[in-house]
Amino acid sequence: MFWTVTESLLIGFWGTLKLFCLTLLFSLPLGLFICLCSRSKVKLIKYPIRLIIWIIRGTPLMLQLLVIYYGPGIFLGINVWGTDNSGRFIAALIAFVINYACYFSEIYRGGIQSIPVGQREAGKVLGMSRSQIFFKITMLQLIKRIVPPISNEIITLVKDTSLARVIAVYEIIWNGQAFIKSSGIIWPLFYTGAFYLIFSGLLSILFNRIEKKLDYFR
Amino acid sequence: MPILEVKNIKKNFENTEVLKDISFDLEEGQTLSIIGSSGSGKTTLLRCLNFLETPDEGTITVRGKQLLDGANPITDPKTLRENRKHFGLVFQQFNLFPQYTALENVTLAPILHSDASMKDSIIEKGKELLAEMGLSDRMNNYPHQLSGGQQQRVAIARALAMEPDILCFDEPTSALDPELTGEVLRVIRELASRHTTMIIVTHEMAFARDVADIAIFMDNGIILEQGPAKELINNPKEERTKQFLSSLNDR
Repeated sequence: MFWTVTESLLIGFWGTLKLFCLTLLFSLPLGLFICLCSRSKVKLIKYPIRLIIWIIRGTPLMLQLLVIYYGPGIFLGINVWGTDNSGRFIAALIAFVINYACYFSEIYRGGIQSIPVGQREAGKVLGMSRSQIFFKITMLQLIKRIVPPISNEIITLVKDTSLARVIAVYEIIWNGQAFIKSSGIIWPLFYTGAFYLIFSGLLSILFNRIEKKLDYFR
Repeated sequence: MPILEVKNIKKNFENTEVLKDISFDLEEGQTLSIIGSSGSGKTTLLRCLNFLETPDEGTITVRGKQLLDGANPITDPKTLRENRKHFGLVFQQFNLFPQYTALENVTLAPILHSDASMKDSIIEKGKELLAEMGLSDRMNNYPHQLSGGQQQRVAIARALAMEPDILCFDEPTSALDPELTGEVLRVIRELASRHTTMIIVTHEMAFARDVADIAIFMDNGIILEQGPAKELINNPKEERTKQFLSSLNDR
């Protein structure tokens, strides 16, 4: 029984992992874009983006999943997600990407604002261009400052993926819970915790290494 | 012909006139010190010279070439960058790049501005500059491993590496512990004795008097008094200048 459960959970974990990786792949760059928009001097860009950030950060991710999945059908009368698993997965992915991009954008914003103006000015008086200043001066300092908060968010994401089951996206908890119905046992559900722990443990080690790597300057 | 001609510079922030009508000349090889109380516009003037602020009116001319006309500001970033290279600036807060070693701080910009083939000679020159600053054994240290005085000397080397026509200092010792100001002042003194053209905003009156050829006393956005540094600081003519200098002596 243990091996049957493990096998099923591994399959479920593959779903979790896919959602996790794809969310990061899209939300990290999208967050930077949102950050630049929210710092834009054009009010017509800045304020709508800040409104969106407020809404996304101010409502539960679970609600956002439901709105993105059911919203188009209810409000527009169109079925954009199809009827199969992959449609639901894409809906969940979009909800996660938007949600995490908003959080990341605020982390980037804080990071950019925490770099002293003097750094950019020093670059300017040395005749450096805007892009040289960003890539040669600001970027590494920014990365150093945002690694701790970003890694925090990423660890949260590992666990947040379990919310996707509200729109029936198959992930590890879904598979663990299935054993309650099929075999009347609850321990597979608890067993899923081990997968989360090991995975987030590995990520913590990775982030610690990155922080150590950037420890050579202040 | 003076190396620098500043004419009728005016600058407002919001509704405050920070610089009201500033004009002065500087001869090549001379050191000018700008003194005055906080808020008199000294730092803003220096920032205008380094194109960190754009004056609303007035012109800045270096070696006969007009670099800036406040009424007709430069919009092309490339021209702006080229014009900026005539000036170097040493900041009060050093503003070294923390992720680079002392040597890399000095060579970063010159390497970016020239061909790859020049790299070795730029690094050689960077080492020489740091050696002149007395930092031969500190070249591979990161800024946080250096004292304030050492950091400021790296910052001076970094500015010199760009070979500016005029090197500006914005209160170079104000962020330093008193026992560290000496080493930085010594370096600036050495530069003055080699006739580097410099503009120094400072509160160190004795230093300004000894090192500078000419001095400007700024008050409330105007140049109230200017003349040979020794004369201005030892025997100021204006009542306001006397007041300012004696308030420093009282401390």
